[in-house]
Amino acid sequence: MSILASTTVDLARAQFATTSIYHFLFVPLTLGLGPLVAIMQTLWLRTKDEKWLRLTRFFGTLFLINFAIGVATGLVQEFEFGMNWSVYAKFVGNVFGAPLAIEGLAAFFLEATFLGIWIFGWNRLSPRLHLATLWVAVVGTWLSGYFILVANSWMQHPVGYKIVNGEAQLTSVWALLSNGFALRAYLHTMLAGLIFGSILVLGVCCWHFLRGREVDLFRKAAKLALIVAVPVTLLQLVVGNRFGEAVTSAQSMKIAASEAQWNTCQPCGFSLFQIGGFSKSDQTPSFSITIPRLLSYMATGSFGGEVQGLNQLQEQERRAYGAGNYIPNVRVIYWSMRVMAFIGVLMFLVAVVGAWLYWKKKLERARWFLWTAIVAIAFPYVAATAGWILTEMGRQPWIVQGLLKTSEANSPSVSTAWLTVSLVFFISLYLLLGIIDFVLMRRYARPDRPPPREEAPAPVVTY
Amino acid sequence: MDLQILWFCLIAVFWGGYFLLEGFDFGVGMLLPFVPRNEEDRGVMFRTIGPVWDGNEVWLVVAGAATFAAFPTWYATMFSGFYLALLLILFFLIVRVLSFEWREKSEGGAWRTAWMWANAGGSAGIALVWGIALANLLQGVPVNANQDFTGNLADLFSAYTVFAGLTFTLVFAFHGASFLTLRTTGALCERAQKASRLLALPAAAAGAGFLAWTIVVAVDNNGKDVFPPILPAAIAIAALVSAAAFAYLGRSGLAFTMTAIGTVSVVATLFTSLYPRVMVSSTDFANSLTVDNASSSHYTLAVMSVVALICLPVILLYQGWTYHVFRARVGGEELAPEPAPQGDASRPTAAP
Repeated sequence: MSILASTTVDLARAQFATTSIYHFLFVPLTLGLGPLVAIMQTLWLRTKDEKWLRLTRFFGTLFLINFAIGVATGLVQEFEFGMNWSVYAKFVGNVFGAPLAIEGLAAFFLEATFLGIWIFGWNRLSPRLHLATLWVAVVGTWLSGYFILVANSWMQHPVGYKIVNGEAQLTSVWALLSNGFALRAYLHTMLAGLIFGSILVLGVCCWHFLRGREVDLFRKAAKLALIVAVPVTLLQLVVGNRFGEAVTSAQSMKIAASEAQWNTCQPCGFSLFQIGGFSKSDQTPSFSITIPRLLSYMATGSFGGEVQGLNQLQEQERRAYGAGNYIPNVRVIYWSMRVMAFIGVLMFLVAVVGAWLYWKKKLERARWFLWTAIVAIAFPYVAATAGWILTEMGRQPWIVQGLLKTSEANSPSVSTAWLTVSLVFFISLYLLLGIIDFVLMRRYARPDRPPPREEAPAPVVTY
Repeated sequence: MDLQILWFCLIAVFWGGYFLLEGFDFGVGMLLPFVPRNEEDRGVMFRTIGPVWDGNEVWLVVAGAATFAAFPTWYATMFSGFYLALLLILFFLIVRVLSFEWREKSEGGAWRTAWMWANAGGSAGIALVWGIALANLLQGVPVNANQDFTGNLADLFSAYTVFAGLTFTLVFAFHGASFLTLRTTGALCERAQKASRLLALPAAAAGAGFLAWTIVVAVDNNGKDVFPPILPAAIAIAALVSAAAFAYLGRSGLAFTMTAIGTVSVVATLFTSLYPRVMVSSTDFANSLTVDNASSSHYTLAVMSVVALICLPVILLYQGWTYHVFRARVGGEELAPEPAPQGDASRPTAAP
């Protein structure tokens, strides 16, 4: 029975991981590309330079292809809480449901309605009003992100609630909305969005430079992308670090796991790379490269700060919550943290080098960099996925930190068979849609002329 | 005023808004394989709902999220209980959403046909399954004392619930045809009129039958009196019958007004028949979920009431404005939503 129960939870977790990671491949690009396209259109209106209009249309198309799949896969999340996690839904609905409902009313209506007007309103509205509809839609997407992160942050750091009859009840909506954890997570995520947008625009421009197509046109977009990318990637390194401090105070276990720090230390060195040291039976790495005192600084803001170890935290939680394992998967958490951080630094370097080359007027001819920038389009995707794995797996065994365990939160009425069916369903559908999305994005981003009408392939049949 | 009642009504309003608006989008979608004569017509049909479908769909998103927040137990039991039905709806929703944005991204004939069917099938499928699902709330499903669903997929299918699904599908097809007659021109408009005349009688008859059956189910399974559910049901029947009459008379505007009133009144009938329960238990009537035993705390409801009462009027205002902006009929000559051609870089050409 217990084996069966754990399979059910595992399947439900696998499904949530699949659908939410997939959803979040498209969301941050929407968040970041939206404002960039809006800036392009604003510049067109300001300068009357036709190039900006062409860029608006060009990147606007990519934005919309991506937006569609983001909307489609977002619906799944809303249903999934009830379908697979009914115990969770009953437990948190009072608190967690509210920001979701507010998101719909205050944000999602805005973005969906005004984007519709923007897409079809080119000839029906005055240019200024038409531009305004895009900005309103962009504000909608950013508001939307805020409410979603308020909801998610409550799972990481519950505030403004009391437990009544075994259910969480909201006591202060203000505490919920101004949760320090949520504000930091929001800043971190929106910056990630801008990185997605600017790195994509930069990469696409570099692809065009490489083929020598429309160089004058794409130079403008590359400049805009670099102006955004340099400060944003730098700021993200700072904000990510500050976010780490918030996590330290709310979820000490997550930070300890992300550093594979088994025993409490003061001061603590930051492990850049290590072999071994990821499990209870193997707590000491056989090889590691460590920067002295850096972890103390990152986790506490002081170079002499104390960071609690996994063994000590396990003992504390066991005393507080009863017998059980409270240590998440250390190996996965450790590496997702590093993948995110290293790629974060890498993207900053790409932005800085790109800006330097642009300033020296060598960008279009530096082929090695053009290739690098094209490859870099994939970087934010990897970093964001790693970030969410860190956030969500680092919270285990809790679904709501300290209040409800994941193993007790799934739907009792949903069988393993149903979960298997739905998991297979989502994986196959998402794989197919992912391929189509990639083909479409590539086709609309590519520098050469699209194939003439007769030769146009029909991807839905081909794949 | 009791906030549970307010939120029960608001959720009914969200569902009503969803079916009123997305209902005609579904109808247009379902008619895609039948009404247009060529690709150009299909493009026009997509254009009639292109600017608005996404905003219309948000009414569903809000109905779902509001249920989660205001009645967590209802949301949890319904969504986990109707598992495979909702999975099917998600499938239809996803392919339908993508069909709007992705169909026009390639010229390929097979590509466009595939997405046309995705939209048509998705629209019909969503209408059918939502009809079945909502009718089950009233008819009753196995729910234990712990308020958990204990049935399986087969429990969701009965003559009444399947008839509900078919009625939703038919009424939306009719609603969509009426909408098309208002939004198109020329031969396409005539064909839409023909479709609307063809659908008028079956839709009105199915609607009337379903509404009468709903009253019977409400009395038998949910302990309701014939009044008050008979009130919205009578309005719905009158609206659908007059919609049919106006369709035959070629009075498009009036026909659409009546299908709109009919759609909203069908939702009103269902919710009036449900109250004060939100999900009837067929295992033991006492296990039924009610607005009281399934709801959130007063504080949560109060906070959300403030948000909803501020946001709803604004939403109605700007969605109304959308329909005003796109009030003109769509004809073949303005097929593509393009700005002046010289500014089109969506398909960059080789550098001169």
